[in-house]
Amino acid sequence: MAPVAWAAAAAFLVWNVVSLEVNPERIARGLSRLGDVAGRAFPPDFHRTALLVGGVLESIEIATLSTLLGVVLGILVAVLAARNVVPLPVYAAGRGTITLGRTFHELIVGILFVKAVGFGPLAGVLTLTVNSVGFFSKLLAEQIEIIDRGQIEAVRATGASRAQVLIFGVLPQVLPRVIGLTIYQWDVHLRQSTIIGIVGAGGIGATLLNAFSRYDYDFALAILLVIVGIVLVGEAVSAIARRAVQ
Amino acid sequence: MLEVRALRKTYATGDAALRGVSFVIDRPEPVFVIGSSGAGKSTLLRCINRLVEPDGGSVKLDGVEVTRLAGRALREARRAMGMIFQEFNLVERLTVMENVLSGRLGSVSTWQAWRRRFPADAVEAAFRTLARVGLEGYENKRADALSGGQRQRVGIARALVQRPKILLVDEPTSSLDPITSEAVMRLIVELAAEDGIPALVNIHDVPLARAFARRVIGLRGGDIVFEGDVVDLTGRVLERIYGGSWATASEGAR
Repeated sequence: MAPVAWAAAAAFLVWNVVSLEVNPERIARGLSRLGDVAGRAFPPDFHRTALLVGGVLESIEIATLSTLLGVVLGILVAVLAARNVVPLPVYAAGRGTITLGRTFHELIVGILFVKAVGFGPLAGVLTLTVNSVGFFSKLLAEQIEIIDRGQIEAVRATGASRAQVLIFGVLPQVLPRVIGLTIYQWDVHLRQSTIIGIVGAGGIGATLLNAFSRYDYDFALAILLVIVGIVLVGEAVSAIARRAVQ
Repeated sequence: MLEVRALRKTYATGDAALRGVSFVIDRPEPVFVIGSSGAGKSTLLRCINRLVEPDGGSVKLDGVEVTRLAGRALREARRAMGMIFQEFNLVERLTVMENVLSGRLGSVSTWQAWRRRFPADAVEAAFRTLARVGLEGYENKRADALSGGQRQRVGIARALVQRPKILLVDEPTSSLDPITSEAVMRLIVELAAEDGIPALVNIHDVPLARAFARRVIGLRGGDIVFEGDVVDLTGRVLERIYGGSWATASEGAR
């Protein structure tokens, strides 16, 4: 790199540090406060079981329901977004839907849905459903686009309708992928369902936010540990399920 | 039976695959189409059942103009033409029975297809046809578990179970070894004769064509350059179909 470029990069970095007020004194103060928080978090407080279990169950429900809805919608959108099975205008609309679904982070979508349907798990379900359509359809559409054309051609040649070609020619070729993606999607949703509560969309995240804002650090730690547990269990379940599908 | 008139197709790439092909099949006999790769053989078959849209010309099956059909009528016309493919084109993850029954998709609703609810006569026909192609007892095997020759037999059964008026056969033996090739070709010719239907068979293996053909059509660059009896397939005619390369190639093989 030319010296000028190096100098410019260094200047930019210095400007960032100054404008964001990054300085050793603030960092040191922050670290000691973090130690204080950690001290008050121990030992974790698991006494409010009803709140904990309720939050966890709600998160699992949000993840499961949004995965089911997302997969149904996602398959539909994926078919519309696969160049080899639909005409060009439909394909363009399908791709547009996917791009739209992938544009915003789940927290932004969450805020929108909380405004629309109010606080609670319904907003969470809708948020993750929208979020999954982008992800799931994109990957599935790409899978549909690389399927064996010969098998499709043969089913068309029997006089099958477009829908029948999908059922007999396309679906068998992408089914393992659909199942694999569904399991993975559930796993991702379980993780996401623990955070969207921060913006009021239900689940264990809402409980966590409340605990923090009331300085109940010991209860907050209990919640964090439970989240670690859920994510680990989710990962194990999806690993087992995926192996069963192969 | 089948009447093809001035059939033309130019692909978007500018390659003229068919430049006005005309012929008539009016008897239930196999007609063999020979020619080198790129001569238009595959395009010809696919323009007849409209897997590829022809640019012009006419295809009549039992008097019905196929090139003007759409929707349900087009699907009905496709059902009346059983197609057999070079790469077999079975749906790999489905069973042999499901593959054969896909030949009857024209007679069931989408919902029935989803639930695999085929009428009893279709299932019965599928079993009978599997027996005819020598695959009795294979119905529950998955297509990807079969050998090449067995797969092509399933492909033949799928085409026959459609109760077609004609078979469109695209290089049925190119993916098979010589002995299996001959058995498969014999099966196609015999079963078509049993059902009293003609077959339009693309093939590049001239000796195999000689062994089974009476009537031969030679395609070159999208034009018919020979049409006649197999006994008239002299070295000179083959040179016209395959170009000068034929003589050298066949001599080299000997």
